[in-house]
This record gives sequence, structure tokens and C-alpha cells, in this order.
Amino acid sequence: MSDNLLMAAYASRLGDNALVLGQRMIELVAASPELEEELANANFSLDYIGQARMFYTYAGKCEGVGRDEDDFAFLRPEHEYRNLLLVEQPNGHFGDSTVRQVLFESWYLHLLEALTRCSDEGISEIAARAIKEVRYHLRHSSQWLLRLGDGTEESHRRVQQSLDNLWKFTGEMFSPDDLDDEMRAIFNGPHLEIIEAQWREDVRAIVEQATLKMPDNQWMASGGKQGRHTEHFGYLLAEMQHLQQTYPGATW
Amino acid sequence: MKQEWPLYEVFIRSRSGLSHRHAGSVHAADDEMALTNARDTYTRRKEGVSIWVVRSDKIVASDPEESSAFFEPAEDKIYRHPTFYEIPDEVENL
Repeated sequence: MSDNLLMAAYASRLGDNALVLGQRMIELVAASPELEEELANANFSLDYIGQARMFYTYAGKCEGVGRDEDDFAFLRPEHEYRNLLLVEQPNGHFGDSTVRQVLFESWYLHLLEALTRCSDEGISEIAARAIKEVRYHLRHSSQWLLRLGDGTEESHRRVQQSLDNLWKFTGEMFSPDDLDDEMRAIFNGPHLEIIEAQWREDVRAIVEQATLKMPDNQWMASGGKQGRHTEHFGYLLAEMQHLQQTYPGATW
Repeated sequence: MKQEWPLYEVFIRSRSGLSHRHAGSVHAADDEMALTNARDTYTRRKEGVSIWVVRSDKIVASDPEESSAFFEPAEDKIYRHPTFYEIPDEVENL
């Protein structure tokens, strides 16, 4: 793979994580417990979609065959999406969504920090912009984890269950595939083992402060980075792509 | 029954050098949430560089019934206004 195509694939994968999570969070609009939480969540969702636009536009530029952000977002089939399984998991109850955000954002923040130091200027600039948003998102989601974990008996029990359920989707964040390896070798990309150690330390601190237990299950699901998704993903994609698939090229 | 979260008043400093001004209010379950809710509700379009929040029930307010005793005596005391100075052009934000 040429360096340009490698970068296109990597940027597109970052875009997939951001877009799919943004789409999941948009589903929460009009379903939040309070107006203020509603507004915060919608803002964060748009932050992620904004990041996806930047990553896709850059991927299209590196690829050089004229695909734009909309082509990446709306005109690709399921197996071409390379997002983590974690971000496509359904919102469930508020504790489920909160745990998903904490687990992903605490990883994503370290990944973006590493990407600001990579040798590709296009990616490092997008990462530097995204970091500020994600740092705030993580602050917000961590606070919710503390409130739920250290809240009532029921909120504690339910959010521990969310943590145990979603844990199996975290392994994928740290298992490098060929793309990660090449990104690291050629562009000084993120070192996923180092990020895993930092992530584990951060998550443990939040989880313990929330009086919760770190899950001990070892089995990890994988496949998202290779385009093999969980059963929930097709529905998300169908809803998100419906308009462009039905009326190709439709504009606002 | 829905339990309402307490109300907080939000004050925003729009830029350095200016004072905080009342922007509105938010509901929040605790102080930290009040701060983030205020940020997400009132500073989305770069309205501020600093935020104060305070629980509405912690604010001591004057009683509207007493407004004549509180405020009317100042009405005819023009000599309290500093209108006898010329303000230099260089002084901003006065």
C-alpha cells in the first residue's frame, strides 16, 4: 500500500469511530432526562460528526480519486466501516451510554495526543483540534460515572452491570492490526501498548472513585477494525444512510 | 413524581476585564454539574471566558415590598452622581 493510501485508510477509520459514535449520540436527542443534559449531549454529538467530516475529507484527499466526506459517510456498505465495536453499541439506559462514553473517550484522548506527535501534518492538525473537545467530553462522562456509581444502590448496581457488559469491547482498542503497525512504523503513529497502560490507569482511577469494580473478564470481542460488526450496526447504518441511498446526491 | 434538580444562577464574564453578568439559570444535581451545564447551555457561541454558578436559593434578595424604602431615597440626590468629571478618552469600560 502506498503511503497515501495507508493514510487514507487510517484517516477513514478515525472518521468511522467519530461518525458512528456521533450518530449513536444523536439518537439520544429528545430522550435526555433534563434539558441541560440534552443540549450537552447534542453538542458533543455534533463535535464528533465535525471530527468525522475532517477525517473523511482528509482521507478523500489522500486517496486522490475524488471521494468527499459524504461519499465516505453515506455511500459505503457495512463491511467498509472500520470503527470499533464499542462505539456502535446501542445507547441502552443512561448508565450504558455513560460507560460507553467513558471507556471510549479515555482511550480516544490518549490516541489523539499520540497522533499530534505523528509525522503527518494533516492528521496531527485534526487531532490537535479534536483533543480540546474530547477532553471536555471525558470530563462530562466521568462525572456521570461517579454520580451513578457512587449514587443510589440501584444506580450503582445498574452501572456496574453496564461496565461488565461493555468491557469485552475494550480489547479491540489495544490490539494493533497491520494498519496500526504501518502507521506506527512510517508515520510515528500511536503505540497502542503504551496507550493501554495509560488508559487502564485512568479508567481504574475513575472506576474506583465511583466505588465500582474493574471487570475481570478476559474474553474480548473483535472485528470492528476489520469491518465485521455486531448485529446492531446494520440498523444504525440503515437509518443514517437512508436518505442518500434513496435519493442519491440529494442536498439540503 | 418527577423530582426537579435544584436551580442555579449562571454568571458569565464575556471577556477579560469585564465583570460577570447574569446570563440565566440551569438545573443541576450538584455544583460540578451546574458548571458544566452552564458551559454547555450559555457558552456554545464563545460568549464567555469565565463562569460563576450559585444555587438560586443561596442568593439573598431584596424584598419588592420594601422597594420604596430601599431605592426611592436615592432618587433626588443628584450630587451623588459623578457627573462633574471629564472622562479621559483612554479610559475604557467605564
